[in-house]
Amino acid sequence: MPQMNLVQAVNSALRTEMRNDEDVIVLGEDVGKVGGVFRVTQGLFDEFGDDRVIDTPLAEGGIIGTAIGMALYGLRPVPEIQFSDFIFPAFDQIVSEAAKFRYRSGGEYTVPMVIRTPVGGGIRGGHYHSQSPESLFIHTAGLKVVCPSNPYDAKGLLLSAIRDDDPVLFFEPKRVYRAVKMDVPEDEYTIPIGKAKVVREGEDVTVVGWGAMLFEALASADEVAEEGVSAEVIDLRTLWPVDIDTIVESVKKTGRLVIVHEAPKACGFGAELLSLVTEKAFVHLEAPPVRVTGWDTPFPYTLEMEYLPLQHRITPALLETAKYIP
Amino acid sequence: MQTEQVVPIRTPESSFDDEVVTVIGPDGKVRPEADPKLPVEQVLDLYKAMVRTRIIDTQLERLQRQGRIGFHIGSLGEEACIIGSAAAMRPQDWIFPCYREFGALLWRGFPLQSYVDNMFGNAEDVVMGRQMPDHYSGKKYNFGSVSSPIGTQMTQAVGFGWAAKKKGTDTVVSVYFGEGATSSNDFHTGMNFAGVMDAPVIFLCRNNRWAISVPSEKQTASKTFADKGVAYGVPAVRVDGNDFLATYAVVRECVEKSAKGEGPFLVEMLTYRVGGHSTSDDPRAYRASDEVDSWRQTDPLVRGRKHLDTLDAWSDAEDEAFRKDTEAELKACIAAAEEKPKPALSTMFEGVYDETPWHLKEQQEQCENGPRAKEHH
Ligand SMILES: Cc1ncc(C[n+]2csc(CCOP(=O)(O)OP(=O)(O)O)c2C)c(N)n1
Repeated sequence: MPQMNLVQAVNSALRTEMRNDEDVIVLGEDVGKVGGVFRVTQGLFDEFGDDRVIDTPLAEGGIIGTAIGMALYGLRPVPEIQFSDFIFPAFDQIVSEAAKFRYRSGGEYTVPMVIRTPVGGGIRGGHYHSQSPESLFIHTAGLKVVCPSNPYDAKGLLLSAIRDDDPVLFFEPKRVYRAVKMDVPEDEYTIPIGKAKVVREGEDVTVVGWGAMLFEALASADEVAEEGVSAEVIDLRTLWPVDIDTIVESVKKTGRLVIVHEAPKACGFGAELLSLVTEKAFVHLEAPPVRVTGWDTPFPYTLEMEYLPLQHRITPALLETAKYIP
Repeated sequence: MQTEQVVPIRTPESSFDDEVVTVIGPDGKVRPEADPKLPVEQVLDLYKAMVRTRIIDTQLERLQRQGRIGFHIGSLGEEACIIGSAAAMRPQDWIFPCYREFGALLWRGFPLQSYVDNMFGNAEDVVMGRQMPDHYSGKKYNFGSVSSPIGTQMTQAVGFGWAAKKKGTDTVVSVYFGEGATSSNDFHTGMNFAGVMDAPVIFLCRNNRWAISVPSEKQTASKTFADKGVAYGVPAVRVDGNDFLATYAVVRECVEKSAKGEGPFLVEMLTYRVGGHSTSDDPRAYRASDEVDSWRQTDPLVRGRKHLDTLDAWSDAEDEAFRKDTEAELKACIAAAEEKPKPALSTMFEGVYDETPWHLKEQQEQCENGPRAKEHH
């Protein structure tokens, strides 16, 4: 089986589905000849031509608005937003239009579209190449939000997303892009949207994460194991609709919960997760649930490693939560 | 079937195709009718600023490759349009930058040391290491603050100029952007508002032919970018952006007119991005090297130097000495910047608001009393 990094796995998913379905179209800034600034679409232009792999003018609102139009017509567009920090000129089209078409037209119109976009920090990108805006889209009814942490999941989830009849935001953790390689089948396979994965079983505390922070959570789980704390790590994979059952089941076992995300704390997705768990498993909680997140500041440049909720901040949170005595 | 045309549909014809303002000819001599007739000292200052910009670009690119700075976005080949247009602004005028105009910032008097501190994101960086390199802010020098999102500065420049006009000043605002940015929402809204409000704004489009890997012909079906002025009722002009005197002359005229309430203007400056988009980009993946080579023939510095020769104002020895001095000055700034500490942790939490609210104070305390991150991977 070939070894792929996340860039190659996403590329493989796109190539697979473009071969399967001639209605799949890739469009965005620099996605054509050069294959995207992260080279995720590399080679697609050569294989499928400029009719299906399209370098657009520099306007995100135009990219998403026209992708919506293509989807309404019956194509399956996969627009790329070069960095999720630059999604905001398209915010209106995504929030007011893509998210609402099915509902507002009584099901007459649907928008089967996957917006791919790199997300997250740790790559010296400063304010505008590092943010994690997922909760803005989770907050918008009608959108599905996916964020794989590894190449295998990325390919399977992207194939599901392209085949999904609702608009999907597909966040690719750019810090992981070339950092992890693993076995990824050349053939097609899908991973269902809406299913989390317990990536490490444990008894004492549940850690929920996604994207690049999953690896930090796993590293902390290893670290606290040395102190006799057994952490269960859940990779959400799909953020919305969230697989709450997997989280609640784990919390019922451990009684303790730590949520990790890069986005700021205030109204970050952790806030919703924490509320859901409190609603559904209150009596099982043995310690206050904890969020380890980005600070409520703009994403900094020089101090980005102090901003991110990395292992050095997750480990003490795990230890404190696991050892908390009511 | 032959149909008779009954409705007067017109295909727009470009009115700008062949009209490009040039002052310095290939032989270095000026076309007297367009020559801004600057005093020799000022011509020399402009030339030196272009050379300085080139030296800094070259050196910063090297530093990035050595891993000593994280990023640089330069202006290789675009020096004439940046310096010429910046110099045309009067001291009371304002400049709203894109991200490629550090040459304009330095022209305005921003200290080289401060610029280099920004490149290192150290404790003395004006923006306290909060932003990427080349994302500076220069209010003291009537210069805006750089952000990455394409186009946003354009509507802001219009509002700024409009406000200055409301206050009865004759302030003019110039705003830089690449030709790719003419596709952005803010270009269209900005041009439209400026036209409607008669804002004293000069839209400076650096048409450097490339928006990362996307060639300019993929941005628009218009024949030229100057054509876009027509739809918004904004007078437009095309200028040879590799000719510092032509750029100066054109922008100067727009400034004088805008100051009298005759703005806004759109200036399309024809130039070429000789380097990569930034240090993160390798242009060999998408454009032929002979294209780059042919543009090197029009190098604004070579052209400028030829012009100086016609004035007999600058010797090889002077040129050599100036370059050496600039390199030494830069080297000293880099050495000093590298020695400076990182910004304090507190700078991450302060300045989000005028007064820091409780939750940020709490988070600052948690951060400062918590474990420290490892160095950058
Ligand atoms: C809204 C937005 N979308 C995408 C980007 C990524 N990006 C940065 S520069 C650039 C190309 C800009 O080209 P142009 O406007 O021609 O200016 P140039 O870089 O050539 O000076 C792109 C797509 C961005 N910074 N902001």
